[in-house]
Amino acid sequence: MDELLQFLVSGVVTGGIYALIAIGFVVVYKSTGVINFATGELMMLGAFFAWTAMAVAHLPFAAALLVAAAGAAAVGALVERVVLRPMLGQRPISIIMVTIGLSSVFKGIAQVVWGGEYRSFPTIFPRRPVELGPVVLPSRQAWPFLIAVAAIVLLAALFRFTRTGTAMRATANDQATAFGMGIDIRRVFSLSWVLASVTAALAGVVVGIIGGISPQLGAVGLRIFPVVILGGLDSIGGALVGGIVMGVLENLAGGYLDPLFPGTGVKEVAPFVALVLILMARPWGLFGTREIERL
Amino acid sequence: MLIGNYKVSYAADQAIFRTPASRAWLWVLLGVAVAFPFVAGDYFLYLANLVGIFTIAALGLNILTGFTGQISLGHAAFVGVGAYATAIAATRLGLPFWLAVPAGGLAACLAGALVGTPSLRIKGLYLAIATLAAQVILEWVFTNWTGMTGGIRGINVAPAGLWGFEFDTDRRVYFLVAGLAAFHTWAAANLFRTRVGRAFIAVRDRDISAELMGIDLFRTKISAFMISSYYAGIAGGLWVYFAKVVTPESFPLSLSIQFLAMIIVGGLGSIKGTLFGAVFVTLVPEGLRAVVQGATAYSPDAMSWLAPMKDIVFGAMIVGFLVFEPHGLAEIWNRIRRFFWLWPFPK
Repeated sequence: MDELLQFLVSGVVTGGIYALIAIGFVVVYKSTGVINFATGELMMLGAFFAWTAMAVAHLPFAAALLVAAAGAAAVGALVERVVLRPMLGQRPISIIMVTIGLSSVFKGIAQVVWGGEYRSFPTIFPRRPVELGPVVLPSRQAWPFLIAVAAIVLLAALFRFTRTGTAMRATANDQATAFGMGIDIRRVFSLSWVLASVTAALAGVVVGIIGGISPQLGAVGLRIFPVVILGGLDSIGGALVGGIVMGVLENLAGGYLDPLFPGTGVKEVAPFVALVLILMARPWGLFGTREIERL
Repeated sequence: MLIGNYKVSYAADQAIFRTPASRAWLWVLLGVAVAFPFVAGDYFLYLANLVGIFTIAALGLNILTGFTGQISLGHAAFVGVGAYATAIAATRLGLPFWLAVPAGGLAACLAGALVGTPSLRIKGLYLAIATLAAQVILEWVFTNWTGMTGGIRGINVAPAGLWGFEFDTDRRVYFLVAGLAAFHTWAAANLFRTRVGRAFIAVRDRDISAELMGIDLFRTKISAFMISSYYAGIAGGLWVYFAKVVTPESFPLSLSIQFLAMIIVGGLGSIKGTLFGAVFVTLVPEGLRAVVQGATAYSPDAMSWLAPMKDIVFGAMIVGFLVFEPHGLAEIWNRIRRFFWLWPFPK
């Protein structure tokens, strides 16, 4: 029983981080219709920005987070303006491939700037494990999880309560009408990339604290696809639920299926099996919009 | 507009060679391909084999993605299915290569049909994600179905042999690869002159309209997946006799992406473009290697820059083509040709 509880709790922790990554992805998809395969690499860049600020410039952690966010925002704005905007309205294959191309460029640049080896963040949080009743969490999972939750709450508040957030929601809802109401659509597109990059950077820092950073960190980015498909590509609430569910599923698969297939990494593949099943049954996910085609 | 190219029958309009000159060019190209192994060095033959195998795989992907509009991020996994099926047929069943390679094609074809089944319900971006899942799951199967695939150690395969002739060097494998690549290019070019091939294009352009015109969507999409994966399987089978070993890490997601890069750089929905793309995407990293090796004369640790430079150039190439030349090298080629058609008259 305690074992199950332990799996569930670590699943929720992993899931919270997945949810944060997925939200960045959904923000871009919702407002610009772009499937962002470079999410993982944006995370990696953000993690490296924060690491540089802490390990090289010896800034405190909070300042490093700001540096990472600012750096990521600049990258996001640049990418949107230079690469994605000329691609507006192109076929899905082109848009997918352009983000894949970007991810390759980012990976290469990171290798040039920071080298290929693993690095870890300086110790930031108290080392004492956090105990929740019978469940014990290592501190380097518990604290990053709290950062992820805080970031999600902040984002939700931004969308709900600010003028800009309202403009972004309006654009996602109906582009033409929003444009007619005087909302600057181009600014919204730009902003959604900035927001997505900042979110990805925070997620990158979180993942980096848990597992160390290297140019290969971006590979985590692939794990969000089961999450966003479950929740619905265009639903932020869905990203939250999807993240938690997939995190739990992954940990349960790791706990209970691994003994059946020892040493095979069944944990990594289980979410993708779930993804296929979801696509068969309900391709638009739990909370996504069902697309209706007309001629 | 080509001057003096006046057609009076449908047959002439559908002809695969629009002008006598293009027929002549093909003979020149075939002549070069036949003469190549007698003059080229080992390294270039190795590259030529790689290009040939990738051409077949990329043709398959272009049939699916470029001509039928179904995005696949799992093409490398189908190449892997073909490779494993060929290797298993050759080692366990003891089949000769001329049966083992088609067996690989057939196995990949069946896997393609299975993965393609949801394509009626899901399309566009969702289908891309479904094929991504297929890639991840198949890679996992390659690594972990140890009883069948030999796990990470893979399967060693003896060279292909025919009537006592062994295809054991790259020079000899070249004839196998070049022959099959030529045959499959010819088949693909002709596919789009048949009803099935025209239906693929109609589905790409607007699937609902195609359905209204009496095209069975499900059958068409499944056929596209099957033909495409069959091509991938044949490429996989050739890979087995080229590398003499099959291991799971030969078919990663990055290879799928490389195939997509080939058809984008070459030209989506263009047979000629696929050839250009396969050559270009395979040779650019090799050219880069040569440049970096040259640079070691000035800076001894230049080789450590090779891997990141490859990533950057590869990504920039995809982004650059998509932004500036979305129809790929095939379009550049056509522009040059149009210029000479009209020459010396101005545009």
